[in-house]
Amino acid sequence: MSLSLSLTINGAARDIPLDDPRVTLLDLLRERLALPGTKKGCDRGQCGACTVLIDGHRVNACLTLAATLDGAKITTIEGLADGESLHPVQSAFIEHDGFQCGYCTPGQIMSAVGLIAEGQAGDDPERIREGMSGNICRCSAYHGITLAVQDATRRMATAEKDDAA
Amino acid sequence: MSDTISLSRRFGSNSGQPVTRRDGIAKVTGSATFSADNHPDSLLYAVYATATIARGRVTRMDTAAAEAHPGIVLVMTPQNRPPLQGNPDDKPTFFSQRIEVLQDDTVRYAGQPVALVVGETLEAATEGARLLNPQYAMEKPRTGLDDAAAYTFEPAGFGTPANTVHGDVEAGHAAATASVDVSYTTSAMYHNAMETHAVVAKWNGDKLHLELPSQALTMTCHSMAYFFGIPPENVTLSSPYLGGGFGSKAFPIGPYVLAVLAARTLDRPVKLALSRNQMFGPVGHRGATRQRLRLGIDDQAALTVIDHSGLSETSTFDDFIEPAPNASQGLYKAGALRSTHSAVRLDIGTPGPMRAPGEASGSAALECAMDEMAEKAGIDPLEFRLLNYAEIEPGTGKPYSSKALRECYRQGAERFGWAGRPLQPRQMVDGDGMLTGWGMGTALFPCPMFMAEAEATLRPDGTALVETSAVDMGQGAWTSLAQIAADSLGLPLDKVEFRAGHSSLPDGGVAGGSGHTATAGSALHAAGSDVIRQLGELAAADPASPLHGSGNAGFVARDGLLMVEGDDSRSEPFADILARAGGVPLKGSGRGVRPPEAAEAHAMHSHGAVFAEVKVDSVLCQMRVTRMVGVFAAGRIINPRLTESQLLGGMIWGLSFALHEEARHDPRTGRIVNADLAGYHVPVNADVHGFEAITVHEDDPHVNALGIKGVGEIGTVGSVGAIANAIWHATGKRIRRFPIRIEDLLTA
Repeated sequence: MSLSLSLTINGAARDIPLDDPRVTLLDLLRERLALPGTKKGCDRGQCGACTVLIDGHRVNACLTLAATLDGAKITTIEGLADGESLHPVQSAFIEHDGFQCGYCTPGQIMSAVGLIAEGQAGDDPERIREGMSGNICRCSAYHGITLAVQDATRRMATAEKDDAA
Repeated sequence: MSDTISLSRRFGSNSGQPVTRRDGIAKVTGSATFSADNHPDSLLYAVYATATIARGRVTRMDTAAAEAHPGIVLVMTPQNRPPLQGNPDDKPTFFSQRIEVLQDDTVRYAGQPVALVVGETLEAATEGARLLNPQYAMEKPRTGLDDAAAYTFEPAGFGTPANTVHGDVEAGHAAATASVDVSYTTSAMYHNAMETHAVVAKWNGDKLHLELPSQALTMTCHSMAYFFGIPPENVTLSSPYLGGGFGSKAFPIGPYVLAVLAARTLDRPVKLALSRNQMFGPVGHRGATRQRLRLGIDDQAALTVIDHSGLSETSTFDDFIEPAPNASQGLYKAGALRSTHSAVRLDIGTPGPMRAPGEASGSAALECAMDEMAEKAGIDPLEFRLLNYAEIEPGTGKPYSSKALRECYRQGAERFGWAGRPLQPRQMVDGDGMLTGWGMGTALFPCPMFMAEAEATLRPDGTALVETSAVDMGQGAWTSLAQIAADSLGLPLDKVEFRAGHSSLPDGGVAGGSGHTATAGSALHAAGSDVIRQLGELAAADPASPLHGSGNAGFVARDGLLMVEGDDSRSEPFADILARAGGVPLKGSGRGVRPPEAAEAHAMHSHGAVFAEVKVDSVLCQMRVTRMVGVFAAGRIINPRLTESQLLGGMIWGLSFALHEEARHDPRTGRIVNADLAGYHVPVNADVHGFEAITVHEDDPHVNALGIKGVGEIGTVGSVGAIANAIWHATGKRIRRFPIRIEDLLTA
């Protein structure tokens, strides 16, 4: 069985031959496309470690069959920084120490980028906590995660305003 | 990109500075390589099938169906498992547990490996393992503390604690004018690091390379070498990042050995990563306990006795007894102290050390019992603890190496606003009608040191390389150990290259017991100091050096300069001294170990005080922790930023212990019914409100040359009791089993 798949991953168009319909987006990225930055924490949509953006929306890659994604635009943690320049969410996670072991971090950061784009939480810490609760951090660096998302939200809003001006 | 985000210019030493994580950029960009991220050429995938019953035998597996599945290259069962050179029932190192490697068809717990399937793809191997569809001859499982007879045991090393008695316990009971006699139960809990256990094994002849998350690199290599009959130096292990450990990644587990065996059999690299469900299997857990606390006080509210006994679950085939009653030693002044242990053998995986093993469970019971005693005495719980404050270690009579607990109580009470707390429960209601309660607990954690080695090399250009096989499982070893090393060499952090996380480096010891920074840090400090000593000898003997002849005065190293102690005007850059000495690198080595006489002379503990506010819906009995303040005295703090995160994480583990975590067994099969992150509850971001962790200054000249105690586990201790006591204060109900459930409050 062979399925051909066209994806745009981190801005690059890729034609991906797929020989197995069981392959999830997560395993496609990790085991077949050499993009292991996206992590597997539970493989059933309960922990958020595998969060990526599909067409701008945050999605659990472990619950998404690759074969259903023909034509989709995927952004993973590897595609977030602009060269040497970190995305504001990435910088904020370092400055506010929003992680310990770093295993859930790619998912936390992609989820935060998605949350900020959704525009529902703003910089309200309670809404950020709620909006980030699909991403488990067993080290429990939640305090830093909340501060990081709040700070990045503000910085991105300021940058947007500056751009518009 | 530089390693860290630069703050404003720092003055003084590296230690004590809130440096951002040196591995931060790697971790936020997805370039930090965890074990299962590795993908060597011609890689195969292994998936193991697990027992879905807890006790019996596997009578049949459909190996033909698995073998026939496209892409399957090996189905390994007890019938065809190739031999191991070492006896798998042996324990090759002191810190070992008996492993599961398809020894026979017996099922001893649900989640036990019963077969290994290897395939060309992960999808094939997963399907192959599913197709095995094991059939069983099942026996009635024993999974509850009352399902088998309790036994007592002689201490025999790791996992079997000794009973401890100080003073006349019966006299202590007899002297009491008031007493409490209460039982608390705690549930089985599973570490559930976000990274599941994983290995990528690759053989090259009789040499084995492992990508494997390990809290103890050298010991893991020795164990693997033993099982495969090769010299330990033939095993290399890379573990630059652990996606959380919490005690579960200290020992090699059976599935690792099976994957390595498959790689050798097939002569191809093999990757195996446990599923989340399998994290409730052969990886250890915090065993359930039932503890009885009998406390007595005299008419001055002084404790006459703390009598703490515990029953802990263990497996049918190995011993690890959660040493909960030991938590009553070392903390409160009492006329007599007794901690006794018993156990029950159940059809479960062997428990193991899980963050604050014994201290967390034991403190939960002790701190609640102390609250009950204070209630009975009609005294504020903080005042009751101060009345029974120990100035020397109770029982042993040893002086504490340092103990700033009184300051923790003071600062914590002030920060939390404890003053004015009503003595009686059910007195406070917030604006939304929520019952509000305040509780507190004391934290105590020992500060052990193990053994570590390190090397430091000062390069001719004045930069340095420091090396030890230290482990960063999130606590921040990449950063804090580099800070210590940089100070030992008198160099700024960015002039120090730090290599860690690989078994070929000097033995960094074990990341456990909250002792890694103290132990590996001491080794690095000794190695750096050794280099500076040699550099001083070179300079003192060199007529061309401004330091010539001043060797007797001693030298200090600062900012890349060697200077005469007490005379900053006489100094010389490291590079200049080395250049004249032939331009060769200068190498030093050091060990981190606590001399036995130092360990004997003092009682060494970290301390803390935790205060919690809980709000409870008076109708639905839903509980929320709304505020928590923890104040800790843990010796010298190397990096306040990382320390705050460790302590907060520990306190959130306390919240989790108190209100969330519990593995529940199906009594018919013995299987854990909530073996995933939907059913096994751990805190999410929305559960964490108003947490604060504060450290108080504490100089400790005895624990080690650096004055470091450790912060990895103490945050959990005290926090559980603080929350449970706050729930009592809100509701007037004492719930004596953890986690505290809504139904317990509804029916109490």
